[in-house]
Amino acid sequence: MKNIKWNVLAIHAVLLSYTALALFPTLLMLLNSLKSREAIFGSPLALPTPQTFDLSGYQTVFSSARFDLYFLNSVLVTTGSLSLILLVSSGAAWALARYEFKGSTLLGLYLSLGIMVPIRLGTISLLKLMVSLNLTNTLWALILVYTAGGIPLAVFILTQFFKQVPRELEDAAKMDGASEYQIFWLLLPLVRPALGTVAVFNMIPIWNDLWFPLILAPSEKSKTVILGAQIFLGQFINDWNAVLAALTLAIMPIMILYIIFSKQLIRGLTQGAVK
Amino acid sequence: MPKKFPFHILVFTAPAVLLYSVFMIYPLFDSLRLSLFAQGLDFKPVFVGLENYHKLLTDERLAPTLWNAVQNNAVFFVIHMVLQNPIGLGLAVLLNGKIRGSSLYRSLIFIPTVLSVVLVGLSWRMILSPIWGIAEGALGVFGLQSWYQPWLGLENSALLTVSLMSVWQNVGIPMMLFLAALVRIPEELLEAARVDGASFWTIFWRIQFPLILPVVGIVTVLTFVGNFNAFDLVYASQGALAGPDFSTDLLGTFFYRTFFGFQLQSGNPYLGASIAGVMLLIILGGLLFYLFTFVRRVEQVEY
Amino acid sequence: MKKAATVAFLLATGAILGGLALSQDKTKISIESWRNDDLKIWQTQIIPAFNKKFPNIEVVFAPSAPTEYNAALDAKLQAGSAGDLITCRPFDKSLELFAKKQLDALDGLKGMSNFSSVAKSAWQTDDGKSTFCLPMASVIHGFIYNKKIFTELKLSVPKTEAEMFSLLEKIKSNGKYAPLVMGTKDQWESATMGYQNIGPNHWGGEAGRLGLIKGTAKYNTGGFLKAFESLGKWKTYLPKGYQAIAYPDAQNLFSLGKGAIYPAGSWDISTFRAAKMDIGAFKAPAPAGSKKCYISDHTDIGIGLNAASPNKDAAKTFLEWMSSDEFASIYSNALPGFFSLNSKAKVKLTDPVAQEFVSWRGQCESTIRSGYQILSRGTPNNENDLWAASAAVLNGTKTAKQAADEVQKGLDSWYKPAK
Repeated sequence: MKNIKWNVLAIHAVLLSYTALALFPTLLMLLNSLKSREAIFGSPLALPTPQTFDLSGYQTVFSSARFDLYFLNSVLVTTGSLSLILLVSSGAAWALARYEFKGSTLLGLYLSLGIMVPIRLGTISLLKLMVSLNLTNTLWALILVYTAGGIPLAVFILTQFFKQVPRELEDAAKMDGASEYQIFWLLLPLVRPALGTVAVFNMIPIWNDLWFPLILAPSEKSKTVILGAQIFLGQFINDWNAVLAALTLAIMPIMILYIIFSKQLIRGLTQGAVK
Repeated sequence: MPKKFPFHILVFTAPAVLLYSVFMIYPLFDSLRLSLFAQGLDFKPVFVGLENYHKLLTDERLAPTLWNAVQNNAVFFVIHMVLQNPIGLGLAVLLNGKIRGSSLYRSLIFIPTVLSVVLVGLSWRMILSPIWGIAEGALGVFGLQSWYQPWLGLENSALLTVSLMSVWQNVGIPMMLFLAALVRIPEELLEAARVDGASFWTIFWRIQFPLILPVVGIVTVLTFVGNFNAFDLVYASQGALAGPDFSTDLLGTFFYRTFFGFQLQSGNPYLGASIAGVMLLIILGGLLFYLFTFVRRVEQVEY
Repeated sequence: MKKAATVAFLLATGAILGGLALSQDKTKISIESWRNDDLKIWQTQIIPAFNKKFPNIEVVFAPSAPTEYNAALDAKLQAGSAGDLITCRPFDKSLELFAKKQLDALDGLKGMSNFSSVAKSAWQTDDGKSTFCLPMASVIHGFIYNKKIFTELKLSVPKTEAEMFSLLEKIKSNGKYAPLVMGTKDQWESATMGYQNIGPNHWGGEAGRLGLIKGTAKYNTGGFLKAFESLGKWKTYLPKGYQAIAYPDAQNLFSLGKGAIYPAGSWDISTFRAAKMDIGAFKAPAPAGSKKCYISDHTDIGIGLNAASPNKDAAKTFLEWMSSDEFASIYSNALPGFFSLNSKAKVKLTDPVAQEFVSWRGQCESTIRSGYQILSRGTPNNENDLWAASAAVLNGTKTAKQAADEVQKGLDSWYKPAK
């Protein structure tokens, strides 16, 4: 009995220390964003006290940068990309899983190529493409790129799941005279876990991406939260109050998204992985 | 009955295939094509065949920079393989045991992974900064104050430090993947082994590890591709110059700098495209290696 | 998920419509710059002054971090999203933008005649026929010191190089303060406030620089080498952990009163004024036996018109205002340390430290930074190499001779002095 107790304590100790290590930097930023400049440098590890409490950093952030606009852009880009990925990928996965047609294996292979090849390597041409399509500095440039990048894995996962939908359901619907599209729409909810997986797999990387907003859409009206934070940080780099406030503000949406979606996120990762 | 042209297949597959081909496959191939050109007179492109690649591999200045970046990427990868994945595995094993609050631990430990790299880079840069003194103070708690160095500014330690920052951030992913795999191992298998008197280590090495081998493979591949693509963290904490003295320069930052230029040096998209070509080759090479060696071996492990 | 998307969509449409409604009457122009330190001043002093005369033109000053400026600007120019007005680096870099047709020629601009040919030379084609940026200001290099610390440690301003090193030694042995406050992480300060600051005294100002261009002088011999050697001596006087100290960190450190002397460009004056410091300045002391003294007086900043700007008329209005007396006065006093290049404007400087910097023009000969003209047109870029070399010398990872040899080798690999 005693041995088990010690083991359990040891395990808790390890997990607790690692958790502290994981949370420490974020907490540090958050706490110091509420302190005055002297307190930030003088006693960095102290909690803000009534004397040292100072919101000047937040004031600077709100008066100098349009974080509300950046947030909106991030939301639009992320939800837009996710919707498009799910829509087009489920269609293609459905076709690959349910229909036997010439070239379906080849098509499947072609679409899976993209799983391992990083889309960033095509950046130079993507930029030229967007310039010629007049889409630079629009959210569409980002949505199209993220969708294209998300399709391979989405098709792969969804195909596996569609293959498992029982034929009887499909046959029953056919006998009722449903068209192919209606059957698809009817049976789509059956792969909801997979849809969730795909959504969740893509949500965080799309939200957090710096590269494509930096290169394809760096203008003020199309900045995402992360790009806005990066640029703001570059502009105010010697104003630590503002920098810490901006960091905290940029972390908030992600944290909230995470808290809402953590169950699905984790479920999605664990299901999607073991394929 | 004559077969109708299966329009519906087209409708289902066309959007995805179109988007994917136009915005992913085409740019990739076009970038590779760009790498075969160089800037001619009047800023118009001129076909030069493999000269850009030749330059990359042999030019007095470019070749050392390229090999430096490749070497740094390799070191980056090794550090991740040695730290990130074993730690992730270890945490997964701990969380797999029946511990109270394991789902809370799991959620909290995963938090760094959902943070943006920009925030991670800057936060750690501030923590390690000599003018804030946090890192120094933390070491001081253990009496190790003299160990403090401005690690991000020293050639010998900058790459290691940035790698550790990356490990810190990304441990969550292997942790989750391994946990998912461990959870699927039937409890009866482990019970039986315990009843037979097997120790914790025996159970781990003889039963659990072989059964999660496929996931070890997936994690390795993901780490490889992710590491050789890395850019954001170095950019956020060291800038595009990847200092000090290019000691944190990865293929990603080399690519960015060549393409966009830096300081007073102008960008060269053609040379940049050839660096992207090299990156592609390396990643594909790694993938093929994985497919031909690892996957074969894994298939030998039966459930 | 779907509901959230719909709400977001409605919000977005509302925002766009609202934005459109608001921006009906005003033209909006934006300015690219590396002067992120000046953001507040543009927002609170310069732009409001402009708007008093031209209320229908909204101006946005949108700087990027100095280390990222050129790359970020290139990215934006390629994507077609750069601002209407572009702050110009002097000489080769901006010449290239003009050659790529990314900047418009400004010869017809009213007010261009207010600037001397020396001022314009930094932003002209080699034949002097086209000017592509409006000169704004020059900056002077020297050392800013914390008066309180000097009084406390009973120090006096050094007049020779030897005096300066013994001064640094004295501060170091006292132990309370960092003698020199500078870091090497961003690299450019090592070259700009280090090498180019003390260098002109060693290589004889313009004579030395022109020698590099003619091919008669080299970085790894004579005055240019001596400057590297002298720079290397700084390393023991830099703050602890200086290798990881970036430019804003050094500014923070100095303004928190933790260091005595800050190797400066005159633009730093406004940063430390904003921090309410009591500061003084002295020029780079000359080595023993020098008959003349030299200062780095660099035509630093100009402003050009983005050839692809959709708001050229509004932008040109702003440019013309920038060639006026009013702008020259506001700018030079709001940003002490940027000395207006407008030779026709009568500017009275109010800041005593700015006056101190400017007074050196009367005592010493001026020269611009060695790598900016002609020598930065090729690959590798001489200016970039100087950054890396200076940082390496200060970090102690290369000796002065090694660093200088590498710089010269890089230059020799493409530069053939016109015979």
